[in-house]
Amino acid sequence: MKGNGDHDCGAASGAPGEALLELKSVHKRFGGLHAVNEVSFKVAPGSIKAVIGPNGAGKTTLFNLIAGNLPVSAGTIHFQGREIQGKKPHQIAHLGMSRTFQNIKLFHGMTALECVMVGRHVRSRSGFFAGMFSLPSTWKEERAIREASMELLEMMEIAEFADVEATSLAFGQQRAVEMARALAAEPRLLLLDEPAAGLNIYETAEVARLIGRIRDMGITVLLVEHDMSLVMDISDEIVVLSFGQKLAEDIPLNIQKNAEVIKIYLGADDEISA
Amino acid sequence: MKQRKNRALAALCLLVVCIHLVTVLTGSQYYLTQLTMAAYYGLVIIGLGTLMGYAGQISIGHAGFFAIGGYLSAALTTRNLASFQGDWPVRWLDALKMLKTTQDLSGDQLLTVAPWAACLCAVAAAALIALIIGIPVLKLKGHYLAMATLGFGTIIYRILLASPYFGEADGISEVPGFTLLPALGGLGPIMISGDADLRVLNYYLAWGVLIAGMVLLLNLIGARVGRALRSLHSSEDAAEACGIDTARFKLRVFVLSAVYAAIGGVLLTHFNGGIGPSEASVMKSVRYVALVAVGGMTHLWGTLLMGVGLTFLSLRGVFGTFDDAVFGMILILVMLFAPEGILSLRLKLVVQRIVQGVRS
Repeated sequence: MKGNGDHDCGAASGAPGEALLELKSVHKRFGGLHAVNEVSFKVAPGSIKAVIGPNGAGKTTLFNLIAGNLPVSAGTIHFQGREIQGKKPHQIAHLGMSRTFQNIKLFHGMTALECVMVGRHVRSRSGFFAGMFSLPSTWKEERAIREASMELLEMMEIAEFADVEATSLAFGQQRAVEMARALAAEPRLLLLDEPAAGLNIYETAEVARLIGRIRDMGITVLLVEHDMSLVMDISDEIVVLSFGQKLAEDIPLNIQKNAEVIKIYLGADDEISA
Repeated sequence: MKQRKNRALAALCLLVVCIHLVTVLTGSQYYLTQLTMAAYYGLVIIGLGTLMGYAGQISIGHAGFFAIGGYLSAALTTRNLASFQGDWPVRWLDALKMLKTTQDLSGDQLLTVAPWAACLCAVAAAALIALIIGIPVLKLKGHYLAMATLGFGTIIYRILLASPYFGEADGISEVPGFTLLPALGGLGPIMISGDADLRVLNYYLAWGVLIAGMVLLLNLIGARVGRALRSLHSSEDAAEACGIDTARFKLRVFVLSAVYAAIGGVLLTHFNGGIGPSEASVMKSVRYVALVAVGGMTHLWGTLLMGVGLTFLSLRGVFGTFDDAVFGMILILVMLFAPEGILSLRLKLVVQRIVQGVRS
């Protein structure tokens, strides 16, 4: 029961110009249902990419495949040049990928600050032994974790709630805590699962601004989203899914004009004149 | 936070000394025997409290680990190995200076494992068994985990009850004391033993071990690993997404709690001079769970105080023949009225009263 063997965090990156994340013919079957069907796309480093599609299109399933929560039925997923399909979520997190959840999953009985401190897990190493004997390395590390987490809360503008129980915060603030927790790992790629779900237009605009800032920090963002205003404003590229299949992949402007996308995703054509 | 922890620890140390002084003044030093025993049970309870309250994994099999520790140490220190002297395991043990030669009542040579070596073997065996059991069992959740650990406890109980090596229904008696330091100069030996002359020493030894165990767990809970355990308690998905290897952390804390239980078992067995199969019974495991619940699942201090307090009353025979019934009742009442533990209840009441007082 000594230390721990947490491997080093994904500092290594692929060759320059290479995609940060690459899906090749990714397939997921649930019985007879093809939830994700032969989906391929790339995410370039430093970009914001969005996956959109109607309900049941397989967006969240796709996210769960990338983050390792579900095994793929076929196909490969490369992250920083390494194959990651078949790896466990915690291993993928160590490689430099963080995520948020559609239905916010904060930790009960923890303050907002503590939740974010959990996010520092991959960037710290004190194990059972060091913790129990409270070695100097542990409390030095604890102080560093606390400071880094506090900075993130400040960046999210929720520092005043640091000592409030996270699950008792307002919805938008909980989202911010979750995002701070994901950022605490200093990921290369951030997966955001419907970051604007349940938020009003002001809060959505706030989230859009935040995502822009996250990209400016050099973190690549892949998001799944329903809110078209958010997606169209901030994304560099959009992938459209329908019934598990990739329908289109293009810049927002072209997606808005794509007749098939309009028909399948956006519904009646007279509503879409923007 | 850190200051509060140190203050609480200092208060506990003071309390231990005060209780001793009170027993001296009132001439009731025999209480120290049960307080010593309660402290060893306390080790099991705080270890289980960490597993249940912080990592959120239940075990209704911890009496099994307690018994593995106690029984192995008892068997190794009492079973005569003289007839196996030529065999390689005994030769190896001898080469490692882990054997002890004494004479029994009729003057025959008695070759046994030395208590310190037996203690190490017993605790290591408990840890190993926890590891082997834990890998498959900790994949289960909630009721299923409870059932599986219950099954484990039952198996250990039945094995102990059925094997002549472990004394069947009689258990093992005449277990020697555990010498920590031999007699030096004018001082007597420092040993864990039920000898009436060593009662005060043993009282302080037991509480020293318990407080040390408590310090280690409090340190653990307050730092990175503690946060990881609490996070996987709340949401395994989110903990995994934060890079926490939930399976490994659950296994480690399970093994840690088993080691606490085994140490409690070993020390109590040497103190009592024996162990019986009732220590491994399912009712004992249920009692440990009840004591953790009474103290408050996420409140290690409450677990310690309520656990040791109620165990002491039980050992004094306050509950008489209703002992098990009382613990069952306590479990029901706590679940109904104070699911976060007795201490949390009182704290809330006190806070409410103060608030009312300020308003009026």
